Amino acid sequence: MSTPVSARPAPAAKEQDLTQTGAPALEVKGLVKDFHSGGLFSRASVRALGGVDLAIRKGEIVALVGESGSGKSTLARCIARLEKPTAGQILIDGTDVLKRDRFQASREYRSRLQMVFQDPFGSLNPVHRIEHFLTRSLTLHGKAGTPDQLRRRLDELMTTVGLTPDMLNSYPHELSGGQRQRVAIARALAVEPEVILADEPTSMLDVSVRIGILNLMRQLRDKQGISMLYITHDLASARYLADRIAVMFAGELVEEGESLDLLANPAHPYTRLLVSAVPDPARTGSYDPHERAALRAAVMESASCAFDGDAEQRCSATEPVRHRVGDPANEHWVRCHLYRPPATAASHALSAEPLESPDASPTDDSRTENKASA
Amino acid sequence: MTVSQTSFGSHEPVLEIKDLTVKYRGDTRSTTAVDRVSFSIGVGEIFGLAGESGCGKSTIANAIMRLLRDPAEISGGSIRFGGKDVLAMRPEELRRFRWQDVAMVFQSAMNSLNPVMTIGDQIVDIYTTHAGYTRKESLRRAAELLELVRIDPARLKSYPHQLSGGMRQRAVIAMAVALKPSLLILDEPTTALDVVVQQEIMAQIKELQRELGFSVLFITHDMSLMVELSHRMAVMYGGRIVETAKAKDIHAAPLHPYTQALMGAFPPLTGPRVPLTGLADGVKFSNIADLQEVSPAHFVSPLPALQGAQP
Ligand SMILES: Nc1ncnc2c1ncn2[C@@H]1O[C@H](COP(=O)(O)OP(=O)(O)OP(=O)(O)O)[C@@H](O)[C@H]1O
Ligand SMILES: Nc1ncnc2c1ncn2[C@@H]1O[C@H](COP(=O)(O)OP(=O)(O)OP(=O)(O)O)[C@@H](O)[C@H]1O
Ligand SMILES: [Mg+2]
Ligand SMILES: [Mg+2]
Repeated sequence: MSTPVSARPAPAAKEQDLTQTGAPALEVKGLVKDFHSGGLFSRASVRALGGVDLAIRKGEIVALVGESGSGKSTLARCIARLEKPTAGQILIDGTDVLKRDRFQASREYRSRLQMVFQDPFGSLNPVHRIEHFLTRSLTLHGKAGTPDQLRRRLDELMTTVGLTPDMLNSYPHELSGGQRQRVAIARALAVEPEVILADEPTSMLDVSVRIGILNLMRQLRDKQGISMLYITHDLASARYLADRIAVMFAGELVEEGESLDLLANPAHPYTRLLVSAVPDPARTGSYDPHERAALRAAVMESASCAFDGDAEQRCSATEPVRHRVGDPANEHWVRCHLYRPPATAASHALSAEPLESPDASPTDDSRTENKASA
Repeated sequence: MTVSQTSFGSHEPVLEIKDLTVKYRGDTRSTTAVDRVSFSIGVGEIFGLAGESGCGKSTIANAIMRLLRDPAEISGGSIRFGGKDVLAMRPEELRRFRWQDVAMVFQSAMNSLNPVMTIGDQIVDIYTTHAGYTRKESLRRAAELLELVRIDPARLKSYPHQLSGGMRQRAVIAMAVALKPSLLILDEPTTALDVVVQQEIMAQIKELQRELGFSVLFITHDMSLMVELSHRMAVMYGGRIVETAKAKDIHAAPLHPYTQALMGAFPPLTGPRVPLTGLADGVKFSNIADLQEVSPAHFVSPLPALQGAQP
């Protein structure tokens, strides 16, 4: 549990991985999800995801942060094929899985991709003992082996997540919140997947255990090349664990970039608000609710973008486009009409061509349909 | 041992727990989840409880609410609320106690709403049954409550599964404050909230708390939030309290190695990435001794021998 963090893999190793397969481990393009809302006969719908593009390389950890209700769990649930996307593509190793297995995830898919759910109280069936969940995962995906091997594997799984093997006999209701969260992580690990979607997997763990789990996830990445989407509200842990951070706001990704750079130079107003709100016990006095409310109102309650309709702004006629922020090596971009690069970086001025995303063409159409972010 | 801490605001504590011991007796695993725990919460005081995952925090909360069931057994100690013995309350007293005197946001809040009723109906239900308001008045208040927790009142018509994890958590917080209890127990109420919403909600609760003067027992793993919000706090490990003091004092000078680990373990938001470890491997605290006052109102469990503990 407390093995020190190994150094981040050398970029050379990563490059090699990439060139071997040529495709990211997981990629979503133009993913849209509309939920039916209102009564039984109402035709109203809410757009939870408005055309999300995201790629995760082999052995890469991407953190997804954002407002409560912005669509993070929906994105993960769509990728795990628990919700049916309204439009868009999900590519695993370059294959469109929505085309290949049209109606539900195949077992093969689930053995390559596992999800840890946000709610540890709702995701473990109360009638089974912990042993059942882990054994089932192992057997389903052919990892059980002989009874002896199974027993050893179960004990090992429990120990890796900081639980004692005697808890295998417990029922979920006999475990504390943080203990359940760790069972959920162990269940996903049992399958030895290539991609893990972890929806707030450590929110109920004390910091000391949390660090152990984060180190464990990093080790899995370093040793087994697992890729991960790590959904969290804990910016400090996102920074600690993830190579890149993506920020979601009102169903869209509004900013993405190398973790340290993104948190040091947040470009989207929402990201700035988020970073400024991280609790800091060193701050004298309590925070001023009025000041925060004003900041929040500026970001979140503006009905439309202040630069909309300004003919001087090329991007205001359409969707906000991606602007590169800072050094290209950081792959840091923001989508916002308000974004003004610092004066020193004049070469990236707003009037410059929009940043070409490497895969822009197929998704551009879907992106222009909705207009949400500032 | 007597821990007679100075309470905030008043001499008479709202809640007084003395030497509480709770055991879970299983056929395979028996645990003493809470071991001779004592603390008190004054009128208008926010008391924070932090600690290891599995150290007994939720068990204490459930014991106060008298919600512990069969394999659990309160094998010692007392819980007094406003001078009354909670463990001796009869069913009708208990009903009043649970609804009007104390309200709790469970750690499982996200999963604790009724799945077949809309959020609105669930709040209206609380008001019509326990406060005697008309349906119309209840609806108006329900909308106000949702606004308090930053949810669009249009969501009154939503079913729980149509809300995000954090929205469900907020709806439950709204319900807990609906009847203006004198003690509010919050068991990890903000695990699914982004920091912006989290701060707004906690500021709302603090404002309500100042206005109405209720007391709060606040359980969280978020040490910064706890220090910022609580007047006093306690840190638990293995069913025991290892340190308790004013939140600011614990933040400034944590004395117990476990408290130090909690305070020092969060990764920084600036500077280079540095590898962190939780508690060093193999560091376990056992036979945790009774608290001793080391400076005014700062109590720590003395360490007989630092069993391999590292600074
Ligand atoms: N089954 C559903 N039916 C209708 N609306 C839904 C459904 N599931 C989610 N939504 C809506 O979609 C939006 C996004 O929800 P989602 O759960 O993805 O948010 P989230 O980013 O995970 O938030 P949190 O951080 O609070 O968990 C919310 O407005 C939510 O109300
Ligand atoms: N019904 C039960 N039967 C047996 N053991 C139980 C039961 N409920 C809880 N326990 C055990 O009691 C201990 C304390 O649990 P509790 O839920 O109070 O922890 P907690 O401090 O709230 O932890 P967390 O922060 O992870 O929620 C844990 O080790 C747990 O496994
Ligand atoms: Mg969610
Ligand atoms: Mg708990």
